[in-house]
Amino acid sequence: MRKNIMVLLGLILVLSITGCGYNSMQASEEAVFAAWGDVEASYQRRSDLIPNLVEVVKGYAKHEAETLKAVTEARAKVGSMQLSKDMLKSPEAMAKFQEAQGQLSGSLSRLMVVVERYPDLKANQNFMDLQNQLEGTENRINVARVRYNKAVQDFNTSIRTFPNSLTNSLLLHLGRKEPFKADEGAKTAPKVKF
Amino acid sequence: MKTFCVIVMVMLLPQLVFALEVPQLRGRVNDYANMLSPGASQRLEQALADFERSDSTQIVVLTINSLEGESLEGYSIKVAEAWRIGQTKLDNGAIILIAKQERKIRIEVGRGLEGVLTDLVSGRIIRGDISPYFKKNDYDAGISAGVSSVMQVVRGEYKAQPRDLKHGKKSAEPVYAMLVFLLVAVVFLGSFSKFLGGAAGAAGLSLIGFLTFPGLGVLILALLGAAGFGLGLLVTFLFGGGGRGSGGGFGGPFIGGGFGGGSSGGGGFDVFSGGGGSFGGGGASGDW
Repeated sequence: MRKNIMVLLGLILVLSITGCGYNSMQASEEAVFAAWGDVEASYQRRSDLIPNLVEVVKGYAKHEAETLKAVTEARAKVGSMQLSKDMLKSPEAMAKFQEAQGQLSGSLSRLMVVVERYPDLKANQNFMDLQNQLEGTENRINVARVRYNKAVQDFNTSIRTFPNSLTNSLLLHLGRKEPFKADEGAKTAPKVKF
Repeated sequence: MKTFCVIVMVMLLPQLVFALEVPQLRGRVNDYANMLSPGASQRLEQALADFERSDSTQIVVLTINSLEGESLEGYSIKVAEAWRIGQTKLDNGAIILIAKQERKIRIEVGRGLEGVLTDLVSGRIIRGDISPYFKKNDYDAGISAGVSSVMQVVRGEYKAQPRDLKHGKKSAEPVYAMLVFLLVAVVFLGSFSKFLGGAAGAAGLSLIGFLTFPGLGVLILALLGAAGFGLGLLVTFLFGGGGRGSGGGFGGPFIGGGFGGGSSGGGGFDVFSGGGGSFGGGGASGDW
């Protein structure tokens, strides 16, 4: 009989740990961080592309110093931002991050409009390659953002629903994560056309 | 009979109206827009199958009539997420997507191939290899050139392993954990009543079957349940009756056998399917 009781206790323990969401909430928080890593990486990739792009455009479009400067400055501002996982909890920090990236997107799209006036540049093999890369990067950013938002939604739902909410308030104290909001940055993402 | 047919057609109608779902993966060449000649289609299918056999990298062609207003990139990633081309963990898949009416081409690149088949390289393949033929309405040559360029670029990046079962490896671990758990539960419940043990076996085994192979039919699940009931009774019979000392390592052999039977039902053979590769939006788009 003693043995049975031990087995029963063991079962209850296992069930209560798996059933209260202790593990699953942490798993979905990790999923949020992983998705955020992708977002960061694709934004970083865009930043890395910009110097080359500016360099190539400079060679052809000498009169567009203003636009080029705006891009370079926006990039510098994005680069100076400190990013951390804690940031995902804070709406202000997220808003700031999004604003900075949005500005960069805006200045890039203006650059791409300006470029339309230079047929030589548009036919340049280097420039076409860069355009491909930029376009691919914007697409990656898009995909990463959508997936991040999905992960955040899953996570936020998981910490708010019972019984996870109870476990969270007692043991884990995980905070809500901020999703990306559709912003000017998203609307004015550079339209790269051939 | 006629009215029956009409009813069936009406029921099917909504699915036809809400178009642009991801089409079914028919093979490596999915020529829904009928752009390829049968000969070329077959040659490509063969070449891509050989390529997967040697390199494990999966490349798939999809032609559609129209995007119907959806963005090329959005549709492409949707297809990629649904088909999961490329092997799990390696993520070595690529999709060549062609929208006939919009005259648009996209190469969607799996994460594992992004290193060699970069956006730049994909863009050059579209501009240099595919579009020039498409402009001359020679779709056979364009698609073949595109496919062979992609193959050339990614060749040697991965090597095919001696064929491991597509699902078996990954699902094995949780399955064993669940089976051991079920065994403990059955022994425990069986010590109260034999019927309870059997019932636990029935419910548990069909649940495990469902969790491991979500596609299993009701009939198979019911069979699993019946088998579980029998096994549950057997286990209860062997180890039950007041919870006497139950030595280690007991249930192994026949539980293993039971599982083996279940798994063979899940694995269809030689039907092409995506291996579970993931995509992150890499690749390039172009037009003609």
